[in-house]
Formats: sequence, structure tokens, C-alpha cells
Amino acid sequence: MNAREAIGDTVQFVQGDKACVYGALLAGCRFFAGYPITPATEIAEEMSRLLPLIGGTSIQMEDEIGSISAVVGAAWTGAKAMTATSGPGFSLMQETIGYAVMTETPCVIVDVQRGGPSTGQPTRASQGDVMQARYGSHGDYELIVLSPSSVQEAMELTIRAFNLSETYRVPAILLTEESIGHMREKITIPDTVPLQSRPATEDEAAPHVPPFSPFGRGKKAFVTGLTHQDNGHPSTDDHEVHDRLVRRLCAKVCENMDDIFQADTVRMDDADTVIVSYGISARPGRAASEMAAQAGRKVGAITLKTLWPFNYAYFAELAQRVDHIVVVEMNCGMLYHSIREAAAGNANVTLVSTLGGKVADPTAILEVIR
Amino acid sequence: MIRINEDYCKGCGYCVRACPKKALHLSAQRNANGVTPPVADEEACTKCRLCEVTCPDFAITIEEEDEE
Amino acid sequence: MKQASELYETYLRTDMLPTILCSGCGAGVVLNATIRAIDSLKMDLDNMVFVSGIGCSSRLGAYINADSLHTTHGRAIAYATGVKAANPDLEVVVFTGDGDCVGIGGNHFIHGIRRNIGINVIAINNYNYGMTGGQTSPSTPQGSVTTTTQYGAFEHPFDIAQLAKTAGAAYVARWTTSHPLQLQKAIRKGFSNKGFCFIEVLSPCPTSYWGRNKVRNPEEMYQWYKDHTIPIGRAEEYPEKIPIGELVNVEKREWTEQWASLVRKVSP
Repeated sequence: MNAREAIGDTVQFVQGDKACVYGALLAGCRFFAGYPITPATEIAEEMSRLLPLIGGTSIQMEDEIGSISAVVGAAWTGAKAMTATSGPGFSLMQETIGYAVMTETPCVIVDVQRGGPSTGQPTRASQGDVMQARYGSHGDYELIVLSPSSVQEAMELTIRAFNLSETYRVPAILLTEESIGHMREKITIPDTVPLQSRPATEDEAAPHVPPFSPFGRGKKAFVTGLTHQDNGHPSTDDHEVHDRLVRRLCAKVCENMDDIFQADTVRMDDADTVIVSYGISARPGRAASEMAAQAGRKVGAITLKTLWPFNYAYFAELAQRVDHIVVVEMNCGMLYHSIREAAAGNANVTLVSTLGGKVADPTAILEVIR
Repeated sequence: MIRINEDYCKGCGYCVRACPKKALHLSAQRNANGVTPPVADEEACTKCRLCEVTCPDFAITIEEEDEE
Repeated sequence: MKQASELYETYLRTDMLPTILCSGCGAGVVLNATIRAIDSLKMDLDNMVFVSGIGCSSRLGAYINADSLHTTHGRAIAYATGVKAANPDLEVVVFTGDGDCVGIGGNHFIHGIRRNIGINVIAINNYNYGMTGGQTSPSTPQGSVTTTTQYGAFEHPFDIAQLAKTAGAAYVARWTTSHPLQLQKAIRKGFSNKGFCFIEVLSPCPTSYWGRNKVRNPEEMYQWYKDHTIPIGRAEEYPEKIPIGELVNVEKREWTEQWASLVRKVSP
């Protein structure tokens, strides 16, 4: 049985968590390692149901550190591998995510955000891990973070996360929330999806992305988290080796912004105000833009699907065109700061912040606009 | 023939203690690497290779002469 | 038996030698015994993966002419689980140390054993955290002076081999670097057991441990491990000595084998 058959009907009414699993299987994921945590457990459950049917491997590890570590180990056999967790587990995974960056290991991590900090509100949504998703590990690095604003996108962006992770040999994080993770919506499942695989030979390699040597093929791959030369051998005292490696690992993401960055926009032409949001917050964002249009106001809405790498140029240009940028987030203001930095004072940037699992109300957004 | 690779040897003396025939002892002088490598008594050596197996640094090898 | 020089050319990245290990460190003996065990079984080096954590012992993978995964501190067994589970055909060896394995890595150690994933774990127990200069570790003997127990360690150390046995490992043995032939044989036996195989190797740490604990030079340390250990069979007679030898060797259905039969069962 292949992945598409295992998934079943073309149109289904499923939770976002489950849609992530569908996307992963369609993208070629055949290895999952996870650990139970609300509100992401359904992903582990669904993986344990589907992967055996298609000859994949699913394992519940002893903790989240074990889960992400097993994913990295599996990835080095050539497998497309994924784990899924929420805030507390995501915190435990950060060291290994940094290891995956340093060793250029393709892998996908789904973070179904819940109320934080700490145990917080396990069954309530938040967008409080946005900075952790980008800066959670130690040292200078870049990685890719995508955010779906619907169950359909949860599937589609998981596919995209795998393809980008494979193309650039970098961990990709699907950052979603409890609301989308646990909400059921109608989705349409494609029969085939475009697939990317990590570069195997020199000519397949993208700029800054060396070819991948999977274990068991006699390539004598030398993989270490220590600063290493191009042949993988450790070289921890030479500042040039470290400088070149770290800057390459960052450049391979930032210099491919055009390929990685995605945002949906509505009512942007001659808008004087723009509402910027992502994930579940994009829904009140878009609704407020529509309500403003009905009231004769020119208010656009941007739904960010790529959060990191952050597209400074995009927002700098936007700030030249509009007077007011309203950022809607379920945290105390996180991406808000990056947007304000990019705007550099050329537009007024205000924040509509909600906590406690409360998604912003479109009318509250409209108040900020008047 | 007992061959010592003085680039690998760190003068730890494991081989001296491992040798059942006391055929090895550490030299009195330090070499260029500041190490006191083993000195071999070829007669006493019975080629049991215990020194080879014990050496942590792959620095001592027993080369077989080409017996007929 | 291959000529030593030929053996080393085949199995070692000789361009990386000499190792970074200190003079008299026992870890090199483990590397030597490991490649000889592999050679004696004619194992295909291209089908092997050497996974290691962080610490002196964990640098061994770098010297073997094969795929190696030098991971994060304490997690080697979890990474190795992923390697083995994703490709059961690979022969996976884990080099770890006392701190790496049963300090920070304790949780993955006992669960790797419980799950019986088919990997061969070689834990080099040098009684301290050597790489970081000699701090106390979960295996440090009571009374030892270390940089973090400067008035003598009072905690009760683990018996790591017993811990592995109690957790249910399919193969458990303990040897020392002063018993290289027995160690080599144990590693060979570990490869023949398809379950979770664990070998504890007591190993001198001249620089960070023994210097502070009244054994001055590597030759004396080499002798210490002969004098203070006793074959398991005679352990009762010498309760103060450390029992060495084979503790467990049982057949136990291995994780990837069980997963494969589950997949066969459920696939339509």
C-alpha cells in the first residue's frame, strides 16, 4: 500500500494534527519519533497508525530529546524523518535542533503551540513560541519556520517543510497552534505532490548546500556537531573554518529568501493600512480587512506562511507604501518587533495582542485601525 | 621484527607491562616528541603480539619476516 | 590474523592519528579491540555506523574508516536508535563514557535496553568526566578526589554493568583495558547477539582521575585494573574486587525485528 492509498478519501473532514501527518506521508516521510504531549499527541497517534501500513517506521521514545535525536539518526540513513511536540517538548529539543543545523540534517519538527510559559494552558492555543522557533538553540544559525492558517495549509505546509528541508539540508519547523491542530475542517488531498530530495551529487547541490552522504553506502561520512571542515573532520581552533562554516549555514537560508518566503495578501492595492498576521490569527486579520472594506476603508491583509527567515526587505518596502501596519499575534508581541525593525519608522506599527487561548476579535482589530 | 612508530607512541608503557617475556622496556631518552618509546629485545620476543593488541595508539607492530 | 599495519590501514583513518587521547588513556585499547573484533568476524565496514556522544570515549568514532555520527552529550543511544530503526540492515556501534552513558544519558540508556534496539554499546568507564578535566561522575568510586569532590566523593556510584543487566539487556559484559583479548572476544560476542548489547570497559584516566587518586603512572594503572578485578565466577571469594566477564547473554526479540513482523502483519 502506498502513502496516498493509506490516507484514503480525497475529501475528508479532519483535525489539523492529522492533516500534518497526511502532508508528511505525501512528502515521503517514512520515519516518525515522538512523545505524547497535548496538543500534538494526535500526530504521534496517526503516525503510529499509518506508517506501518506503508512500510515506514514509527517509534515512541522516552522523551522529546530522544525523539528528535532518533529523527536525526534516521535522517542520516537517508530517510525523511519528523517529530511533533508542543512548547515544553520543543524546549527540550532545542539542543538537537542546533545539532541538525550544524550537521545539515534535513528533518521536520511540528510545534503545536499551547499556552506558555511552562505547563501553562495545555489545551489552549498561543503563538508564544515564535521566537523560540527561530532562536531556541544556541549560537548563530538560521532555519525555516512555516505557519499554516487552516487545516488544508497544515497539510500543504508540512509538504513544503519537507521539500525546503531537503533542498537546503536544514531543519524545518511547522509552527501551528492548538486551535488549528485540534480543529476539524474539510480538506482536499492531492494524488501527487512535487517532491524534493536532498542533493546526492555535486551537480544537484544548491549554492552553499553540499551533497548528502547517507550511512551504509560506503561513503565513510564523518558527521559531527563540532566545528568541521568541508570534509567533516573536526577543526575547533581555526577561527576561519568556524567563520566560513557558520556564515555558509546562514547564507544557504537567507540567500534563498525568494524561494522560501511565502505570504498571501488581499486588498493590498492602494491600501493605507495593512493587517499582518499568521496562523489562526490570520482569520480575524482577514475578517477585519473585509469589514473595513465594507466600511469603505482601504485595509489590506497579509497572511504570513513563512515566518523565518524573516523577510526584512518585504516589510521595509511595505512600510514605504502604507501608513499603518497592524500586527495580530497571540503573544505579548514577537514578530511585531521584527516588523517594527524592518519598518524603521516609515510606517506606524501597532500590535493587537491576545493571550489565554483567546484569538483576536476582528472588531478589536478595527478599533486599532480607526 | 618489532617496529615502533614513534609518531604514534605516547610512551605510556602498556606494552612493557603486557609483554609476558619482559622483552620491552621504556627507553631512558625522550625522543623528538618528548616521549620515551619502548625498546625491544628481539630475542626475548616470541611474537605473541600482546603488545600490538594492548597498544592504545597502534604504535607497535610485529612485522613477520617472509618465512618460506 | 592480518598484519597489524594492514589492519590499521583498512580500519582506521590513519591520517587522523595519533589520537587526541592522553598517554596511557585506555580508550585507545577499546578502539584497537573493536577493529580487531570487526576484522575477526569479516564484517563489512561499509555497513557499519559508529555513533558516539560527547567525551573522550566518544572521539573514537572519528578514527574509524567508516560512517560515524558524533552526536550530543548523553544522546548517542537515542540517535543510534533512529539509525537502527530506520535501517535495520546497518550494524550500529555506540562509543560512550560513564558520564555520557549513565550521567546525562541515563534515560536513553535504560529505555534503549528496555526497547531492546539492536545496537552494540561500548561504555568506557574511566571513573570521571575526563574531557572536562576530572569532575566526579555517576561511576566515581567513593572517596575519590575529583575537581568537584575535592574533599572526597561520598555518593554511591552505579555498577553500570549491573544496571544494564537489571534493565534487561540481552548481552552484558564488563572488562578492562588491561584485558584486551577478552574485551575483543566480548565485542565479537556482542555483535553475534542481535539484541541490545552492552560492554562496560574499565579504563584508566591518567590525566584527570588517577593523578589525583594515588596512582602515578600509566604502567601502575595498567596493573591496578588487573589487581582490583576478579572473574565473575570467583567474585564471592573476593567481594572487594570488581567482577569482570560476561554477565548476560540471552536471545531476546529485537525491536526492528518486532517492528518488521508488525508491518508484515498489518500491511494489506
